Parts: sequence; structure tokens; C-alpha cells
Amino acid sequence: MSIDQSTAAKVAKLARIKVEDDALPALASEFNTILGFIEQLNEVDVEGVEPMTSVTPQRLKRREDVVNDGSQQEKVLANAPDAREGFFAVPKVVE
Amino acid sequence: MSDLNKLGLAEARDLLRKGETTSVELTESCLSAIDAADALNAFVHKTPEIALERAKAADARIAEGDAPAMCGLPIGIKDLFCTKGVDSQAASRILKGFKPEYESTVSQNLVDAGAVMLGKLNMDEFAMGSSNETSVYGDVVNPWRRGDDEAALTPGGSSGGSASAVAADLCLAATGTDTGGSIRQPAAFTGITGIKPTYGRCSRWGVVAFASSLDQAGPMTKNVRDAAIMLEAMCSHDLKDSTSADLAVPNFEAMLTGDIKGKKIGIPKEYRMDGMPGEIEKLWSEGAEMLKAAGAEIVDISLPHTKYALPAYYVIAPAEASSNLARYDGVRYGHRATLEAGDGITEMYEKTRAEGFGPEVQRRVMIGTYVLSAGFYDAYYNRARRVRTLIKKDFEDVFAAGIDAILTPATPSAAFGLGEMTDADPVQMYLNDVFTVTVNLAGLPGIAVPAGVDKQGLPLGLQLIGRPWEEGDLLNTAYALEASAGFVAKPSKWW
Repeated sequence: MSIDQSTAAKVAKLARIKVEDDALPALASEFNTILGFIEQLNEVDVEGVEPMTSVTPQRLKRREDVVNDGSQQEKVLANAPDAREGFFAVPKVVE
Repeated sequence: MSDLNKLGLAEARDLLRKGETTSVELTESCLSAIDAADALNAFVHKTPEIALERAKAADARIAEGDAPAMCGLPIGIKDLFCTKGVDSQAASRILKGFKPEYESTVSQNLVDAGAVMLGKLNMDEFAMGSSNETSVYGDVVNPWRRGDDEAALTPGGSSGGSASAVAADLCLAATGTDTGGSIRQPAAFTGITGIKPTYGRCSRWGVVAFASSLDQAGPMTKNVRDAAIMLEAMCSHDLKDSTSADLAVPNFEAMLTGDIKGKKIGIPKEYRMDGMPGEIEKLWSEGAEMLKAAGAEIVDISLPHTKYALPAYYVIAPAEASSNLARYDGVRYGHRATLEAGDGITEMYEKTRAEGFGPEVQRRVMIGTYVLSAGFYDAYYNRARRVRTLIKKDFEDVFAAGIDAILTPATPSAAFGLGEMTDADPVQMYLNDVFTVTVNLAGLPGIAVPAGVDKQGLPLGLQLIGRPWEEGDLLNTAYALEASAGFVAKPSKWW
């Protein structure tokens, strides 16, 4: 399977990474090199094999459904690029 | 006492307990060594005030006879670990200025064990790289050189700063993390010891996530005994990481007897790669001979799906990375791009991530996005997870047949030159992890032990892979190998 420039542009869009048009040919070419390498997996007979979900045989633990943290607004906002009046500030989302 | 920075953890601990030195002296010795080693670019955020404060507290505890396992021992912390109030940016521009309001469980465990943090260590951006050339802080330089050749060599990656700092005696030991070989490959390239424990031994809480089903923290140290001491201090069951193992952590150091009589050591034929340098092959055979001489039985084994480990890894790790790194959106922490009039939130995301992530991180996030996208999820991601099941089964089969540990080379070559791989395609760089990545996919413990030097005088390492949760037994086998290999070479100081 080969990735063309428009597919590369679509992937960049999905990943929310701005890629200039003139960088797309090189990007598509790198994708194809990596995907070519990954294609080896098609040689493996995986019929009837379960996809791994957990590398160690363990059940995820449950905990009591109780509040155990919170009231840390200042700390949560401390590293924000733009925080105002106790909120994260972002460009307008809804017109 | 001079050159205290050259001590290992066990030696320094014993001197501290005998009252023959102090943590402040040890710490000052390391801080001087760090300041004189900027050419290595290993320490990227120095924390001398924190170090001296903790050293004084440690000396007080030692005086009171209340010294925990690593009391007063100065170490470096990889930049991937969140450390409260101290820059923690995973060597990425996108986390520039990020000062966590919390401490990772592993680094907190080390604080609780009395260890003294000297500063944060350079690494590949988000731990994605095998040469420490993807860091926003610039390349780390290996203290080792090819004889008199002044060409700068890579310390490996992603824990390159940790490896370089330990090898150059800037600290007694350091933390690393390992997703596909990021502790073991740099350890091998710098002539030190590094162990990645079983998946779940160390809590991942507060460690910047790369690929959550593969990431594990571990120690990088000057010898196997030190690895045992520090690993025990790092491990714990942690309610804040749902994959952390609810198992008692053994006293690993007490398990170092050096007696490996009757142990069965497997030599996997699939690790004998085409084009493997003769020196690596020779070191591997010598390692097997050493273990045999120490009383182990050497058994030829087969791990048939080895060849597919790297391709499976380069589906699974980018897929998980693309999900994990979605959080870097310019809203909650780190870098946000300057926006132009009319830019909305989508432009903010796209520009922020384009400016904040370096090329390798962008590449992996996009590959991950692609393999998870509608129409390709089954063909790539699910197939890779099926292959991962088969890779793990390969190991389960040989362990079920009685194998105690597996011996392999740690890396396919010695350290290469910084910049030498610049023009290679990304896959060439990925091949560095060919011997280590299987261990992450199978969740097993693996340790790299320095075992010799090549004809240019560069260190070479061997890897031992153990049964799940049996780090103690693995460390003991590594201890026997270390004793036989007798690796004592150090880089000549040029920095």
C-alpha cells in the first residue's frame, strides 16, 4: 500500500499537525519507507490468535467510586499558557 | 577523599554508613563533575540547591542511624520523570517551561529511599530515538571515543543523558526508561549496566507517557549490585497506575550470590542476524562460555517470531504515542503557538504541535494516527497486536521448557558517530533496537551488562532476558556474567 501526498495531508490533519504543502512529498516518502517495513507482518499467520490487550495476565483493579482528589484549581492551572479567572483560555470555539 | 563521584552506589553507601564520608561531600563532588562536563550535554536542568538540601537531610538521618536504602546517594533523573517544581519537559519544545505540581511515583520512591537528585538528564524527545539526537536540548555526547579519534559518538538513546552521566562519573547512578531498548542500548554503548524490569514492576505514574503498554522505568548504574539496590528502591505497587503489579518487591541485592550452577541459559538462533559484526558474535560466544564455566548449562533455543518484533513495535508504539501525545494541544501546559488574527482552535492545535514536536515525534505521531485510522486499524494495529501475542508465546514456550534466562547481544554494533545516521532512512535507526524490543513486547525483564571492548576500544554489552517477575534471579545471572567478564575499562577524560 502506498501513501500519496493527499493521504499524507489527511493524516497530518487527523494528527492536528500543520505540515506545509512543500513538505508533503518527503513526508509521504518516509511514511512509505516505514509502512514498507511494517508490511512484513503480513507474512505471519495470525489466524485464531487473539490481539494482545495486556502483557501481564492481570485484571485491572477496581477502586471505590469515591472522591479522592480535587480542590486544586490553582495547581491545575499553574502551567497553562493562558489561564484567566480560574479557567483555561482558548481561541473562540463556537461562533 | 577525592573522586567521590567515581564511586558506585554500594561503595558510597558503605562509606557513608561507616562515617568515612558524608552525603554533602559526595554531592559536592558530583556537582563539580557536572559543572566540568557541559561538553557532554548530559545534565540539562541542574538542581544543586535541591541536591545540597537533600544531602544535608540525608547526613542527619545517617547520624541518627535512620538511613534508608539509598540514603545520601547522589543520582540523576531522566527528564521524562515529572519532578515537583523542577523543569520536566521530556526533551521536547512542547513542554518548555513545564514545572509539574507533583512528583512521579518512581522519583518519589527514590526520595523516600534517601537518594539525592542532582538534576535532570537529557534524552531523545519523548524517548523516541536511539541516538539522543532528537532532543530539544541538543545531542548528548558519549564520554567514550574511538581511540585518539576526536569524533563525537552517540551515547545511544533514548536514555542517552543518563548513560553518559553515569559512564562519565557525573553521578553515582541514574534513572532511565525503556520502551524498546532505551535503557539497555545506551547502557551497552557507554559500558554501564541497565535493567528494564518486568512490565508493571515500576509505576508509570508521573512518567511522561510514550507507549503505555511498553514503557518501564529502570536504573542505569556502574555495576550489577548497584542495579539491584536501585531497582528495589524504584519498584512499588502503586494505586495511581492500574497496571502496576501488586506483588512484594524482593531484596534484590540479597539474591546476588553469583551461584548459577545448573541454570539453563538459552541462546536464541534467530538473534544471529545477517551482517552481524564479528566482534559482536565473538562477544556473544564468549559470554556463553563464561556462563558455562560458572556452572550454567547452555541450550540452543528458538524464538521463531523474533524477525517480526521490530515491525510490530513500529505499529504498536506509534499508535500508543499518537494517543498519548494528543494531550499536547497548547491548552493545559507547555508551548502554545502565536496565533494570527482569525485563527481558531484547530489552527491553534495544528500550529502548536507543528512548532512543539520535533521531526521524529511528528513522524511517529502521524504513523500512529495512520495505523489507527478507519480502514487500517485491523490491517495494521490489530495484526501487530496478534503478532505481539505470538512473540510473547515464543518466550513462554522456552521458559516452560525450563530455560532460566536468555543470552543475546545488547546491540548490533558499538556506539556510532553523532550525525552518521542523519542521511539514513528512519528504519535504519530503528534497527538499533533489534535485540531489545522483543523484551518490551513480551513485558519481560532484560539487563545489559558491559562485557568487552571492540578493536577501537569502545564498550560492547550483552543482554540477559529473564522470566517475568524474576528480576532477582536475572540480576544474579548478570552478576555472575559481570564477575567473569571483568569489564573495568573507563573512558579517558577529555571533556
